[in-house]
Amino acid sequence: MTTSDTPRRTDTDAWAQPTDRLAVSYAPAGALAGTVRGKRLSGPLQGFGQMWQKTFRVRLEGADPALTPQQVVATWKQEFPAFWPKGNTFYAPLAGIRPGEVALLSVSAAGPVKLHTGVMVVFADEEAFTLMTPEGHMLSAWITFSAFRDADGTVVAQAQALERASDPIFEMGLVFGGHRVNNRFWQGTLRNLAARFGVETEPVTEIACVDRRRQWRYVPNLRHNSGFRSMVHSVTAPARWLRRRP
Amino acid sequence: MKVRREGERASVIDIDGELTGATEAALMEAYQEASGPQTRAIVLNFTPLEYMNSTGIGLLVTLLVRAQRQNQRMLAYGLSEHYRQILSLTRLDEAIGIVGSEAEALATVAA
Repeated sequence: MTTSDTPRRTDTDAWAQPTDRLAVSYAPAGALAGTVRGKRLSGPLQGFGQMWQKTFRVRLEGADPALTPQQVVATWKQEFPAFWPKGNTFYAPLAGIRPGEVALLSVSAAGPVKLHTGVMVVFADEEAFTLMTPEGHMLSAWITFSAFRDADGTVVAQAQALERASDPIFEMGLVFGGHRVNNRFWQGTLRNLAARFGVETEPVTEIACVDRRRQWRYVPNLRHNSGFRSMVHSVTAPARWLRRRP
Repeated sequence: MKVRREGERASVIDIDGELTGATEAALMEAYQEASGPQTRAIVLNFTPLEYMNSTGIGLLVTLLVRAQRQNQRMLAYGLSEHYRQILSLTRLDEAIGIVGSEAEALATVAA
């Protein structure tokens, strides 16, 4: 709560402007913009599966004592792709992690198949930033990355997702091993972030089911499933390679 | 957060100051106080809201899920253009009924 002694905070510049359909301005080689372009954002209310809140946290104990939460967030934004576990690619927007920017990504799915999708930065300030998923992404989610000081003054970095599978196929995938893969992904990311500040530590994970119900009215989300398109993209990769040869 | 019971069927929560992770306990306590066995709607008054971050939006989703579990509707009024845009961006406006005033919210509940 603000008091007369503390300056009022403002969130005006931290939020992205509403957008009806996503536009992709930067699609580097290896990315697949077609699974994101023209899609709507889809948060945890628009997905199909059970809703989960997953929190992953690392205490940066032993880091430079002058390190501030704001510096951690600034580094996290600036070097975001570098913290992702191997085999996954985040194609950072040219303008960086800023409100309204759309980023494409490829994540390891089954075997050699990559899932091509994206995210939009819906919120970003000095203390946190939040990514929201588009239709077709495996998850209908918001993921917030933040840093703060613990009671003993130690800087803590945190990733917190509010998520549910976007459609029944992805829900099945999550139930049969996908959650474990997803959790390992964020644990690996936080381990890499801690290492960036010279700290070797294991992330603390807290998972809570926020809503056990499945939202059957969102079964039609299947029509956006980026997995189908990603699979076609992977299967036709040799043909594209042959076409490109002189 | 201030809670006002408006009859048996509706309660109003005044969201005062900031809506962030730091205000989670206050918001959940307010909901607890606002929700009774006959409560059919929770009305959120955004007029006094000064700052909201993405964790605050997450809290609204959690609150909405709790209300839906109790078969309660969630309505909101007093949103500035900025906060209306945020609810539109995050598509929360598809689940929270946005109305122009407290009187309109209470009339909606009574209808």
